[in-house]
Amino acid sequence: MPAIEVVLYSGAIGLSIIGLTGLLLLNNVFRMLLALVILESGVNLLLILSGFRLAGVAPVILPEQLSNLSAIVMNDPVPQALVLTAIVIGVGVQALGLAMILRIKAQYGTLNMLKIREQLEFDLAVQSGVATPVSAHSPVSLASGRERQLSNHKDEQ
Amino acid sequence: MIWIVSIVVLVMLASAIAVLVLPNMIAAVAAASVVSLALAVLFALMKAPDVAMTEAAIGAGLSALLLAMGLKRLGLWQLED
Repeated sequence: MPAIEVVLYSGAIGLSIIGLTGLLLLNNVFRMLLALVILESGVNLLLILSGFRLAGVAPVILPEQLSNLSAIVMNDPVPQALVLTAIVIGVGVQALGLAMILRIKAQYGTLNMLKIREQLEFDLAVQSGVATPVSAHSPVSLASGRERQLSNHKDEQ
Repeated sequence: MIWIVSIVVLVMLASAIAVLVLPNMIAAVAAASVVSLALAVLFALMKAPDVAMTEAAIGAGLSALLLAMGLKRLGLWQLED
């Protein structure tokens, strides 16, 4: 394998590993979205590399080359078309994730993954009737879970 | 050629790590944009000009704009940290 391909493959795999590590280890939801973007870029680079030839040219056939088509060495255009679509879809996924993060921030008032999960599990337990809406640590009141969240939200701010 | 590719890959990996560890969110978004820009340069060097154009316009431009507007709405747009 030529040295340039080794460098490019290490870049693509390194980018994917960095993105996956961030997705697994980070605690902030917004930063997890950024890690997802990085993982996506690494996969795109890997896909383009699968159609890369060292002596290849851009996949365009000029009119004067039509006489001897077999002499042309070009990069594979199919992965390039695939990646072209994947980039645009990636931005769409990113916008969807951002909208979800905005709703999470409006509902729970935090971006911390652990706090969000705790609140979400508590809400699920309340809705299924397993837990009572008032926790043992708060003063007894008739406040519903939704109002309790709102007061928590105010406290954090 | 090999030196250019090596330098661009190094810059790309360094800013990818910077996205995960920088404390300021604006800096993290900027680093993510740098990753996309370096990726566009790599695509252009790998003889895929159409993908390079798309990555530079959408991956670096539109995506950074989207994330910056999201930061503004989330209240994380703070220059001092």
